Amino acid sequence: MTHFPTVMTVPVPQGLRPRCCEATCRVVSNTPVNGEYRLLTLEAPTEILDCQPGQFFQLLCPAPLGEQPFLRRPMSIYGYDKAAGRLEFLYKVTGAGTRGLATLEQGDAFNVLGPLGQGFSMPDDWQHLMLVARGVGLATLAPLARMAKEKGRKMTAICSARSPELAMSVELFESYGAEVIVVHDQDGSSTPEALRSLIESRIDAGQVDAFYTCGSSRLLRLLQELGAHHDIPGEIAMEQQMACGLGMCQACVRSFRVGDRIIQRRVCREGPVFPISEAM
Amino acid sequence: MKDVQNADLRVRIGALTLENPIMPASGTFSEDLADVFDLDVLGAHVLKTIMHGTRAGNPTPRVCDLQSGMLNAIGIPSKGIDYFRDEMLPYWADFKAPLVVSISAHSYDEFARLCSEVSLAGVAAIEANISCPNIEANGNAFAMRPDTTHEVVTRLRAETDLPLWAKLTPNTGEPAEVALAAQAAGADALVVANTVLGMSVDIASRRPRLGNVMGGMSGPAIKPIALRMTYQCANAVDIPVIGCGGISTRDDVLEFLIAGAAAVQIGTATFQSPTAMARLITELESWMQEHGVASLDEIIGSIEAPNAGVFE
Repeated sequence: MTHFPTVMTVPVPQGLRPRCCEATCRVVSNTPVNGEYRLLTLEAPTEILDCQPGQFFQLLCPAPLGEQPFLRRPMSIYGYDKAAGRLEFLYKVTGAGTRGLATLEQGDAFNVLGPLGQGFSMPDDWQHLMLVARGVGLATLAPLARMAKEKGRKMTAICSARSPELAMSVELFESYGAEVIVVHDQDGSSTPEALRSLIESRIDAGQVDAFYTCGSSRLLRLLQELGAHHDIPGEIAMEQQMACGLGMCQACVRSFRVGDRIIQRRVCREGPVFPISEAM
Repeated sequence: MKDVQNADLRVRIGALTLENPIMPASGTFSEDLADVFDLDVLGAHVLKTIMHGTRAGNPTPRVCDLQSGMLNAIGIPSKGIDYFRDEMLPYWADFKAPLVVSISAHSYDEFARLCSEVSLAGVAAIEANISCPNIEANGNAFAMRPDTTHEVVTRLRAETDLPLWAKLTPNTGEPAEVALAAQAAGADALVVANTVLGMSVDIASRRPRLGNVMGGMSGPAIKPIALRMTYQCANAVDIPVIGCGGISTRDDVLEFLIAGAAAVQIGTATFQSPTAMARLITELESWMQEHGVASLDEIIGSIEAPNAGVFE
């Protein structure tokens, strides 16, 4: 009989412990949170719960009928709690991997690998943070907001969505002390032009030391322009299709602008968090 | 059945003795796996193919899923020989497991030069990836044909005294002839085989699912092809054959050993389960103990004739 949650036992050099583990978790719940998103909550072994906001796990998704998501699927962490032994992922069903995830039921065993990658940084001089993201990208920023609260930082979170009821995690961000501004496509408040004037008004009021974002290339371009013009740094969590998630296979490279050079970096290893100014 | 307390997992690949027959397949392994387990448990360390100069690799997407496998077209991004010598070699010097360096090139001269330059202290063997396109043969891989295999292995043999392994391609129609050509030209062992050339199309966008259009297929789906070719090559040559292709379970390892492989390489299985190689070693040892097998010599090449005419 398999006992879980548990980690795969493998030989480790003396005095060291693995930086990441392959672990079997137990599904606590897997439920819709609105019309588009689902929340997967796992009971996880403590060995995999020393996470940093922005890190991700590689999920071995179940194969629904007629489909076979052979490779693991990278997914950013929505929530983690070492004391409670909890790990959470917020996802939207879009492909074979997430369709498989949606079939998980309470009590199921579920294999995950992680935590992986480099998380967000939060230097001391970044006192007033602006979080800007859209859709499921907001999930990636949720653990960051918790870290900001623990460090006593001020926060403005701009949550973008197709419609107001699809805006993710508004209450969660508010519970971490963030001022939350919902923008959406229905009233045009989510267009780059509208966002630009909204963000610039906050910059002019001296309320933005740094940006954090995730995913959307449209938001990235906007924040790059504003950051360059107003000399505001920031970080972005990026996505790319992956195979190993550890850095071995070189599948998940993206191009970055560093000075006048274009270099390639592995999203799984050097990322998934990168400086906004270098992302492309 | 005799009681085996200490099963001997050691295997010999020519002049090299490996502590066990489990090693990574080139391209699916790097120092990054040390985050997961102690890499010194492995029989050998096989590095990702290096080429002489720096290369960016292929456009993304570089991988895609299949039923029971995957396609990749990574394109051998390489930081070149200088980076290998100055940055990578010192890292691997701290391990006991022998270091196998995979090299490749698009021409005979370039291949020979690289072979000479990687013949360094700390390198235990050279794996020649002759499954890559040869620009002097209309882009066909060296290992597609016996004559080009013979030519390239002869050129490499002249450049190094290290054990030389030739990694063959399953895309040839003449596996035994290619294997014999590599042996005749002085290869010390064969790695059988590399990925199977394949393709996948996304029907919604009508685009190829790989940036490079075509790519190498790997994973459990190709295991029967790799096993068949391992059997054919092991029957044809006297040098050791290292099986590679879709191996992911203990029973897969045993199948290849029985068919004639002296050791195996594990690739795509590590992507699904990064602990796979470490677990296969302990599972193989347990199996030997349970089945009274003291040494893998009792298993390697022990395949029996088919039970013809009997339906069980």
